[in-house]
Amino acid sequence: MSLRVTLAVARRVLTQLRRDRRTLAMLLVLPCLLISLLWWIYDDADPRLFDRIGPALLAIFPVIVMFLVTSVTTLRERSSGTLERLLAMPLGKLDFLVGYAIAFGLVAAVQSILAVGVSVGLLGLDVAGPLWLLTVVAVVDAILGSALGLFVSAFAQTEFQAVQFMPAIVIPQLLLCGLLVPRDLLPDALHAVSDVLPLSYAVDAMQRLTTSSSTGPVWRDVAVVAALALGGLALGAATLRRRTS
Amino acid sequence: MNNSVTIQDLWVRRGERSVLEHLDLTIGGGVTGLLGPSGCGKSTLMRCLVGVQRIAGGTVRVFGEEAGSRGLRDRVGYVTQAVSVYQDLTVAENLRFFARVLGASRDQVDRAIGSVDLTSYRDDVVGRLSGGQQSRVSLAVALLGEPDLLVLDEPTVGLDPVLREDLWALFHRLARSGVAVFVSSHVMDEAERCDRLLLMREGRIIADGTPSEIKERADVDDVESAFLAIVREHAA
Repeated sequence: MSLRVTLAVARRVLTQLRRDRRTLAMLLVLPCLLISLLWWIYDDADPRLFDRIGPALLAIFPVIVMFLVTSVTTLRERSSGTLERLLAMPLGKLDFLVGYAIAFGLVAAVQSILAVGVSVGLLGLDVAGPLWLLTVVAVVDAILGSALGLFVSAFAQTEFQAVQFMPAIVIPQLLLCGLLVPRDLLPDALHAVSDVLPLSYAVDAMQRLTTSSSTGPVWRDVAVVAALALGGLALGAATLRRRTS
Repeated sequence: MNNSVTIQDLWVRRGERSVLEHLDLTIGGGVTGLLGPSGCGKSTLMRCLVGVQRIAGGTVRVFGEEAGSRGLRDRVGYVTQAVSVYQDLTVAENLRFFARVLGASRDQVDRAIGSVDLTSYRDDVVGRLSGGQQSRVSLAVALLGEPDLLVLDEPTVGLDPVLREDLWALFHRLARSGVAVFVSSHVMDEAERCDRLLLMREGRIIADGTPSEIKERADVDDVESAFLAIVREHAA
């Protein structure tokens, strides 16, 4: 692995994003708008529900957004031939993966700072733990989303198929992560399934942060998400082959 | 002279079908042209030289090392048929990125852009350039690291005749400076410009020699007729 090449990849991905102003604006503004919408929905009915669901959304946005962005961009690299060209150059697979993770991690950090800023500053979300830790959790979540997106891009032939993996891979996790029903209240079988899904830990981390000031359990959840994200990246790396038929 | 590329008993399969079978070939310096109809295995052979093709048997050695091995990755320049550069970056941004990957200098970036005649387009986004200009960006990337072997898969498709002339002049200039240039084409009139010509059909090399040798052997005046004569002779 080479730092020069890794940073070159990260810088190039960020330049591409900067050029695509519309995508960049959506990446940064949409989460803020959606969380405001959620707050508004519950404002008259039951404001306490926002305190329960808001943190979960802060965990879910980076996963969904980075899943979509990564699966489409790496698929584009595979189909345009740029990936083949890069792999024929002195570039390690890790340079490629970590370069992407750095770029999208940075975007996720900015995205999360904005979304947390709006939630806490304007919408009155109560956060018991340290605010900066929310951003750490969001960045790890984003890397998880990127890892999943990278992995599925190997199984999609078209961008259309890649986007279809979102309902297949992300939505089940969304239903089981505690957003709709607290995980403790799920039927046993579903609870067991939710115990092995990465998004559950991402959402747990955010919810713990908002309800308690002790950070130990949060770090444990973050460690689980990070471990699963690294596993995903390793699987993704296995799909980057120098030789193809 | 030392051969740049030595291929022995190369065998490539795609599914049940053999794309290349028992192929033996050596490639030396100069401009070597690989000619044949679309689908005859040209691209597959080129991918083998670069080391991105999974092979079923045989060996491909480039400068004495196994094709695709680490030590070769900055010595072999490769242009695929697809324009493998980033459409949403400018010409210069593309070149600078690949230069960082290869460890090439800013001077080399400027030189590569200049040698494909795109200096006045360097700050244009690639996606807005014409098809011919885009493929020249792709070629510039291959020239970046000043490789010892250039593998060019149909680099002149869709270019205007003047530009094609310029590119062939560039290939010969590179060859004179010691680069082994391996170019594929399905346009027979380009064959005349090669130092050595390989005619390929259905995964086999059916003729190998200088353009005049090949024409003489078939007793015809142009490479296209030679190709036809050789194919008929093989079929007979």
